[in-house]
Amino acid sequence: MGFDIRMPIGALFSVLGLLLSIYGAITRGSEIYALHSLGLNVNLWWGLVMLFFGVGMLSLTRLRGTRSADSRNSASQESTERR
Amino acid sequence: MRPEPQWIDYAVILIYFAFVLGIGYVLKKYMKTSADFFLSGRSIPAWITGLAFLSANLGAQEVIGMGASGAKYGIMTSNFYWIGAIPAMVFVGIFMMPFYYGSRARSVPEYLKLRFDEKTRGFNAISFAVMTVFSSGVSMYAMGKLLQLLLGWNFNGAILVSALIVLAYTFLGGLTSAIYNEVLQFFLIVMGFIPLVFLGLKDVQGWAGLKARLANEAMAHSWKYMANANDNPMGVEWFGMIMGLGFVLSFGYWCTDFLVVQRAMAANSMTAARRTPLIAAFPKMFFPFLVILPGMIAGVAASSQLPQAGVRLSEVPRTPPQSSFFVGGRGIIPPKYDAEGKPLLRDGKVVLDYDLATPMMLVRFFPSGLLGVGLCALIASFMSGMAGNTTAFNTVWTYDIYQSYINKTASDGHYLWMGRFATVFGLGVSVVAAYVAKGFNNILDVLQLVFAFVNAPLFATFMLGMFWKRATGHGAFGGLLSGTAAAAIHQGLTLPRGSPPGLKGGYLGSVVHLYPSEMAQNFWTAIFAWCTCFLATVIISLFTRPRPDEELRGLVYSETEKPKELGLRWYEKPLPLAVAVVVLAMALNVIFW
Repeated sequence: MGFDIRMPIGALFSVLGLLLSIYGAITRGSEIYALHSLGLNVNLWWGLVMLFFGVGMLSLTRLRGTRSADSRNSASQESTERR
Repeated sequence: MRPEPQWIDYAVILIYFAFVLGIGYVLKKYMKTSADFFLSGRSIPAWITGLAFLSANLGAQEVIGMGASGAKYGIMTSNFYWIGAIPAMVFVGIFMMPFYYGSRARSVPEYLKLRFDEKTRGFNAISFAVMTVFSSGVSMYAMGKLLQLLLGWNFNGAILVSALIVLAYTFLGGLTSAIYNEVLQFFLIVMGFIPLVFLGLKDVQGWAGLKARLANEAMAHSWKYMANANDNPMGVEWFGMIMGLGFVLSFGYWCTDFLVVQRAMAANSMTAARRTPLIAAFPKMFFPFLVILPGMIAGVAASSQLPQAGVRLSEVPRTPPQSSFFVGGRGIIPPKYDAEGKPLLRDGKVVLDYDLATPMMLVRFFPSGLLGVGLCALIASFMSGMAGNTTAFNTVWTYDIYQSYINKTASDGHYLWMGRFATVFGLGVSVVAAYVAKGFNNILDVLQLVFAFVNAPLFATFMLGMFWKRATGHGAFGGLLSGTAAAAIHQGLTLPRGSPPGLKGGYLGSVVHLYPSEMAQNFWTAIFAWCTCFLATVIISLFTRPRPDEELRGLVYSETEKPKELGLRWYEKPLPLAVAVVVLAMALNVIFW
């Protein structure tokens, strides 16, 4: 029903990932990382991971859209060939 | 000690809210019939219903409660997953889903009506409806309190905003909206908690370092110290664990609770419905690492770098002294405070606020930015728990109460309208319940105790209903009533060690047995309730008239054709999936023995 759920998931994580990694890049060397995350710039790194995940989800949406059209085509080809 | 979320944290949360509302808004145009609204038109693919099946249960109780339990009992808490949830999830997928999905029942109470009779359905429907509304209120209260304590947010504001957002998206998009948002929440929790566990483990030098620092060796093992209840922190012995938690309570929850079963009923085919709990079981068995480990780490992590109340993060010196907030606490788990702001003492020991274990981990290890994602995951779990309760409530209310007893012959459009009305009404009552919980904690405790009594025997009724065709409606109803009564009596005659008689038990005057812990008492209450219900159902059934076999087609195992799975690859079939789940779960039990 409705739309492909991978679209909003992909979009949400792309947006959040982008936001976080930009914020991480700006705040590089800030004391918040020493204070909290053991000196690791987790905003930058985890932001990039989230961005990759989001883009991956989005590309799955696109892929599936074309693949299901393809398989429908090939199925109809098969049936015509059999005839 | 309050962290001050920065604009970036609020931005993350606002973006999440926008997506949640957007999903509801887009789905609105698909809600044409009541079946679309309550059952998603039975059209959702298995991987989505599977993740929703998992997420609907992943509410506050899970994320906060399992962290708290991890801090208290250690990796033993994983028994709630590896012996609790997983076998029950396999059972409901393989053996019970054919009857839930195959009977075309629209709800769990409706299955009871088809299989047994009206009174059994009525009992289940009404108790379930009341229960969901109140538990949704309790989780709202928990969220309001937590956000107030942790971030200084306004209690009323937190409750109203979350209730309105949940209302908006379930009102617009019904069950589909709830399911889609549950899937979103699943990924948010995974994405929010993986870095938390990573940083936490890094801080304590990995699993070995964590083990070395635990207060008690037994906290690092899930089974090793369970031969005797006094040897392990839970105070439970293996038989009570396996029968009480593993069998009665877990099967009762995962196999009969409409909140989760509704997700599988929305699947687009019988095979998809059967695969739903199995697909959910794979991530489920790894969730202990995401939700229990943070609690365990919170109990041993160093708190020295945490800022004090009211101090801006930027003003905190690099190596501040031990924060006064944690004096008397353990690790980064703060003590509970009395009305005067002094740490609460019991028997000379500080009472720890274990529910803050996981939230404190977020505050400790996440800098602004990622903190927003972590808080978002927390809020998402509260909200989707609420949404799950709401969608289950409006379905049971509309189909099993309104359509069955109040207005039997209205148009489909009217029932769709009633479903939306029930959404508003149910959430409204939940908000009231949240304030009742705030003002009179005891009333809610009593109610939860009563619900526990009603729930304990349920699985016996369903098991006999599905696998013994001789079971009758009178038998089922009598069994449920006597099982509930048995639970109340058992609780009334026993007491966990160290508790005064009252809500914890012993309210029937004399105490026949002392349990080492509250958990052991709960497990045994469930065992007694289940056995009583089982016996009473069998005995009453044998004295009452059975239904003819042809009426039981599709409802009872022996009268139903086995589901066929033609044209599926082996890994798409439920049975191989189930075997894989069981083998993996057993391996985890052995690894953390």
